Amino acid sequence: MSDIQIEVRQKVYPAAGQAAPHAAIQDFKLTLHAGEFVCLVGPSGCGKTTLLNIVADLDQDYDGEIRIARQQARPKIGYIFQNPRLLPWRTVRQNIELVLQGRDATETVDFLLETMQLTRFQHVYPERLSLGMSRRVAIIRAFAIDPELLLMDEPFVSLDPPTARQVRELLLELWRKRPHTVLFVTHDLREAIALADRLIFLSPSPMSIVGDIRVTIPRDLRQDENEIEAFRRQLLDGAPHIKQLL
Amino acid sequence: MSNLQKFFPALSLAVFVAAWQGAAWVLDSNLLPSPVTVAGVFWLELLSGQLTYHLGSTLIRLIVSFAVAMLLGSAIGLALGRNKNLNAFFDNWLVIFLNIPALVTIILCYVWFGLSEASAILAVVINKLPNVIVTIREGARTLDQDLLDMARCYRLSRINTLKHVIWPQLHPFMMSATRSGLALIWKIILIVELLGRNNGVGFQLHLYFQLFDVASILAYSIAFVIVIQGIEHTILKPLDKQSQRWRR
Repeated sequence: MSDIQIEVRQKVYPAAGQAAPHAAIQDFKLTLHAGEFVCLVGPSGCGKTTLLNIVADLDQDYDGEIRIARQQARPKIGYIFQNPRLLPWRTVRQNIELVLQGRDATETVDFLLETMQLTRFQHVYPERLSLGMSRRVAIIRAFAIDPELLLMDEPFVSLDPPTARQVRELLLELWRKRPHTVLFVTHDLREAIALADRLIFLSPSPMSIVGDIRVTIPRDLRQDENEIEAFRRQLLDGAPHIKQLL
Repeated sequence: MSNLQKFFPALSLAVFVAAWQGAAWVLDSNLLPSPVTVAGVFWLELLSGQLTYHLGSTLIRLIVSFAVAMLLGSAIGLALGRNKNLNAFFDNWLVIFLNIPALVTIILCYVWFGLSEASAILAVVINKLPNVIVTIREGARTLDQDLLDMARCYRLSRINTLKHVIWPQLHPFMMSATRSGLALIWKIILIVELLGRNNGVGFQLHLYFQLFDVASILAYSIAFVIVIQGIEHTILKPLDKQSQRWRR
């Protein structure tokens, strides 16, 4: 695994109808170290999803570059969208196998299904799954291609708290077994602290980095809500400009 | 569906045939032969081999022109639905072709390219093509961009994207184009045959029209309706069922 460099000098949305053109991202530069779990935290509408779409090459209308350090190649991306974006006419297993494009990875898929507790549902169509289960399938799909960078756009949003917690724990278990570099978007600071090695705080539009903080709580203590809360308080008390943003 | 409702299609058909028989009995004229008379003619034509020969000729024309129209129409419709510039350029062409009467296209094809099989097929394709394009274009416009982005992000090949992401979304539109296509094409083929071929159901209808033989006209028409119904029940409906199996 290599470091990944993200540089977006500017992303401007052109004028549309009555709306004037506006800069969504300005002078954004971030290096993700190999195997690092990085959370982007920022207010709603600040441009987090726009950034992920740029990194995923879904948005090519920007000034900047995304590349693997010391190479010109773009990283292989696994993207977990807010909406799971599963193909409803393909079963759980078929959805996962589609992104493998014929590569025989039966053992990998079996392992991922088992880790995410979905083996029993592998031949079920997505319409018959709960939202939490669909999100788990989307996570498996992203891990299955063995990506150089995993993008996650608020993958636990609109889940009830117990389900969100369960999916989060399963995700962490999977990430420990298959440690990929992760760029995770959220506006929930507690969630970010529970998951990340590093927190990147973002300003409102035009988005830029206003804080880069390492989470120092050992991973085995992150189940403890009090630890999370104590870290959150300490962080916000020490950085009023971040507190103002959230 | 209640037990009684299951019998409704057969019951309604029986009522229709009974009404026809009653009207034929009351009128007692060659202009409206009874269902029994038509069934007799049908049987004789079948035994003589005439019905199978002419029906076969029409069916071959139907299959070829339908396949060409669907393939070309799907490709063009998909391109127009996904490319706004292309659509803006060709939209007027579509409107023109949609509004040209079938008869005009058929006559022009025969005049320009001669009374040949190719002209006949071309005339049918030109008539059907705009309908397929419009239907598939609508389908292409409603493709789920989120799913297309997912396919792009995971670097699915063009073939896999078309096969697994685009095609299933277009399927209802394809079925609609297929059904309306079959209904439209076989009507146009009859005119094509009537005007410029020496075989096929249309040719036979023309012949029996000159002889004022209404029983034979009805026998051939019914034969074709049976074939179209057969295609609906043995091919289209099972296809529909198969492709919709993922729905709750």
